[in-house]
Amino acid sequence: MNLLEQQAANRRRTWFVMAVFIIFLAVVGAGVDAFVIGNGGPFVPVATMAALAMGGGQSWWSLRFGDRSVLASAAAIPLETRLAEAASDDERLRYRQLQNVVEEMSIAAGIPVPRAYVIPDSDPNAFATGRDPAHASIAVTDGLLRMLSREELQGVVAHEMGHVRNYDIRLMTVVAALVGAVALLADWAGRSMRFGGQRSSRRDKGGGAAGILFFAVWIVAIMLAPVVGRLLALAVSRRREYLADATGAELTRNPIALADALEKIESAVEPTPSIKQGTAHLCIADPMGRRLTQSESGWAELWATHPPMSKRIAALKTMGYLKVGT
Amino acid sequence: MPFLVLLGIVAVFAFWVIGAYNGLIGLRNQKDNGWKQIDIQLKRRHDLIPNLVNTVKGAMEFERDTLTAVMEARNKAMTAASPADAGAKEGALTAALGRLFAVAENYPQLRANENVKMLQEELSGTENKIGFARQFYNDIATKYNTRREVFPTNIIANSFGFQRAELFEITDAAERAVPTVDLSMRK
Repeated sequence: MNLLEQQAANRRRTWFVMAVFIIFLAVVGAGVDAFVIGNGGPFVPVATMAALAMGGGQSWWSLRFGDRSVLASAAAIPLETRLAEAASDDERLRYRQLQNVVEEMSIAAGIPVPRAYVIPDSDPNAFATGRDPAHASIAVTDGLLRMLSREELQGVVAHEMGHVRNYDIRLMTVVAALVGAVALLADWAGRSMRFGGQRSSRRDKGGGAAGILFFAVWIVAIMLAPVVGRLLALAVSRRREYLADATGAELTRNPIALADALEKIESAVEPTPSIKQGTAHLCIADPMGRRLTQSESGWAELWATHPPMSKRIAALKTMGYLKVGT
Repeated sequence: MPFLVLLGIVAVFAFWVIGAYNGLIGLRNQKDNGWKQIDIQLKRRHDLIPNLVNTVKGAMEFERDTLTAVMEARNKAMTAASPADAGAKEGALTAALGRLFAVAENYPQLRANENVKMLQEELSGTENKIGFARQFYNDIATKYNTRREVFPTNIIANSFGFQRAELFEITDAAERAVPTVDLSMRK
């Protein structure tokens, strides 16, 4: 598949996962409303709406102010400050290069220049944050600047610019709101089962075999809710990584440089302690330093925020029309 | 009743015309803005070149021809009249700069000079920005042209006189050709 087809495929699959997520939330929520709160009157999804409001409120807050706390927790320093305080000419050249590369990529993407930050960490990594392209920030570690060539750095910045242009920060915040709402609903259902004993009488009003079947499905959904919510969120995150790779390739028209950068980053990958796990889905590589080899993909892949490097590199090489060895 | 149906059809048609027209305007403005971005970056390159020439002049006494060629190409590029003219002259400037950097490789004190390195980074950054601005312009102009030509939007485009956007192309044959590198030590 060329890069535009890969972008389209990843967008489709994101929406598929999101649709599954919303159906799952609807099942869990409808069950709570029918069996826990239900009072025989007209069906009003009180619990579902309350859970969505609470999850949404929390997420709105993180969307509005999350970028500052993420940058602060990573101890990111504005690039201008680093440039002004650069100790050596070499360092100044590297920071100036980063500034130029960020400007180049914002021109290619046709969005305002995001603020650039440097994280004083020797492990190579990078992330993007901010609620929309006009309020975006891109942070890069010192280790990444030292390790990559100009073209490879361009590839990594293009990947982050892809997250910005595709509104991934916003999407992942919405996903976090859904995960929160599902967890809340499951929690309420669990509590009411422990405390109240009169649901059984209400359940009978559900109406025959269909009602009992739905009740059974709902019980299973409630028990699996925390796990399923997390897995669906991770599935969305992995799709967005592939999409950001493809968008990055579209911006630089040089997918091979990004593939080279990913290879270098993977060979050096060890935990990036300055980046907290909550930001993992916006990084170029998983900051926990977990490495997935092709052989253990599958089960382990399900639990990762990022697809295995080998698969990302293979996808990029396909975009660059290189034959991929199997 | 038939009157209401007719009114509904007219309303839907009017909304479609407004939507199509506004969509074309939006794309045309984006395209024009993309074109201005190219100009901004070209101007930046013109501003950087005298700095570069002054920095390397001392060490490159013997390469006066190369240096004057760069300055001349720059001055010509600044007086370009039309986009096609600018394309050709900017191409010549790029070629002259390429020769300058190739020759500069022979001067060890230049290669180690931090000012030269920094200027080189600024210039290659600017060249990249020109390239990406052209790429963005071409992408958006293609989108605009496609929107302008597909049925049924083409009816709107033609009746309101939306012109086809020119794509940026390499006009200079020398720039398109793959550079030949002669590694034999003749001369």
